[in-house]
Amino acid sequence: MWYFISPEIVYGEDALSRLDDLDGKRVLIVSDKQIAGIGFTDRVIEHLSQAGIDYQVYDEVEAEPSIETVKKGAEAARTYEPDWIIGLGGGSVMDAAKAIWVLYERPDIEPAEINPFSPLGLRKKARLIAIPTTSGTGSDCTWGIVLTDTSENRKLALGCREAHADIAIVDPLFVTGMPPQLTADTGMDALTHAIEGYTSNWKNDFCDGLCLKAIQLVFQYLPRAYNDGKDEEAREKMHNAASIAGLGFGNSMAGLAHSTGHSLGAVFHIPHGRTVGLFLPYTIEFTAVVAADYYAEIAHLLKLEHMEAEQTAFSLAQAVRQLARSINQPLTIKDMGISRNNFDNSLPKLVSNADTDTQTVTSARIPTAEEFEKLFRYAYDGKTVDF
Amino acid sequence: MAVKFLSEEWIKALMQELNESEAYREAARDWEGDFYFIVEPEGNIKEKVIYYMDLWHGECRSACVITDEKEKNPAFRISAPLSKWRRVIEKKLDPIQGMVTRQLKLQGNLMKIMKAPKAAMELVNCCTLVPTEFPE
Repeated sequence: MWYFISPEIVYGEDALSRLDDLDGKRVLIVSDKQIAGIGFTDRVIEHLSQAGIDYQVYDEVEAEPSIETVKKGAEAARTYEPDWIIGLGGGSVMDAAKAIWVLYERPDIEPAEINPFSPLGLRKKARLIAIPTTSGTGSDCTWGIVLTDTSENRKLALGCREAHADIAIVDPLFVTGMPPQLTADTGMDALTHAIEGYTSNWKNDFCDGLCLKAIQLVFQYLPRAYNDGKDEEAREKMHNAASIAGLGFGNSMAGLAHSTGHSLGAVFHIPHGRTVGLFLPYTIEFTAVVAADYYAEIAHLLKLEHMEAEQTAFSLAQAVRQLARSINQPLTIKDMGISRNNFDNSLPKLVSNADTDTQTVTSARIPTAEEFEKLFRYAYDGKTVDF
Repeated sequence: MAVKFLSEEWIKALMQELNESEAYREAARDWEGDFYFIVEPEGNIKEKVIYYMDLWHGECRSACVITDEKEKNPAFRISAPLSKWRRVIEKKLDPIQGMVTRQLKLQGNLMKIMKAPKAAMELVNCCTLVPTEFPE
């Protein structure tokens, strides 16, 4: 028994006009200062005005949002009493919007208590719309919420099956001007979601096709979107790929690139997509011994075949590195500018974070603490995983 | 020789497997908390059976069948009918997935469980090592 959860997905050019016939009275727009600064919030407001809906903006979400930020946002919601919450932004904003919505509905719980085991009884006060302004996170189509516990330097991978958007508006309008670095980071995030969703312990028939399609789209269109931000077709395809991957991995979970990436990102404050994308080839190599056939299926799709399935997995890892290299992403932790000394000092924390991350148990192969340490060391030096 | 599930011998056998498992010891090295594993009535099982386990830093300090639920006040209670427990023990149902889908009902500090998924997995691995005879 398992579930496939999906919002209503409105996609393609002019998808934002879905807001024109929104039924409601008050909308809280959750966003960040940058989104407001480039006029995206105004675009949403135009459509809300057309629908005769009042709005208020909470734009204090920071990258890798903290527990304090979402508590403050929930307070704003309680004061304003919206019947819709819109998360307008990248993964950080959409995750924050989900958490703010949950805390607005359930003021009796702490953010860290949002878990998949207990029903929350949401949608009594408001519903949620997610509008992604980057092409990678897939948060518009998942029920996961990643917050940062700043006191413990640790990311909290939270979530509840109810905590998904009611409507996801996937409009390429918002990504045409994305800078190359953000395009690269978020694109690698989408690829990681899709590959891990296809190979996790919880993979399933409903998600497999979505993950494969997203992998194909990312390999085909990410370099184009990175090299020419005005390539409208590439932008739209990458935007779709991110949401498709979100839908895929959101219903089948991720794996080790996420647990190691979460850990590195929290300790060294590096964007999520960059860290998970960096670990992806290493974790493919590590899990190749048990998930070789799945990697072979992906490699077949990408025409990377070898005689032995396990060998094909290593070819896939190399193809991921090649893609990352083509969009100037770091291939090692050292490339990220982290000194050996700083890395060595942080290693126990890196291992401990990854070891207790919720995404570890859904990996096809689960490392011991020693293996985690080796994975980090190999990723620091850029060594092919051979254990 | 197979050990009958729901018996005192079965939980003692699991205790032994846990205490002999290096993988469990490592995965649960920071774990502090005791459990009730409650088998709810179903089919020929007319009364609930409660297994108690005291798990502490990678070790099982005690394990037994409890006849009065009030006898202890464990940090966690996981309950499900026999058919669901059987699927977990036979590794047909991932325990975390079972809890997410609420086929296994969990009470206790959920955040603590979320931080120890590997320990939960190794515990189930140890369950599979006990040769088990399930009641009809």
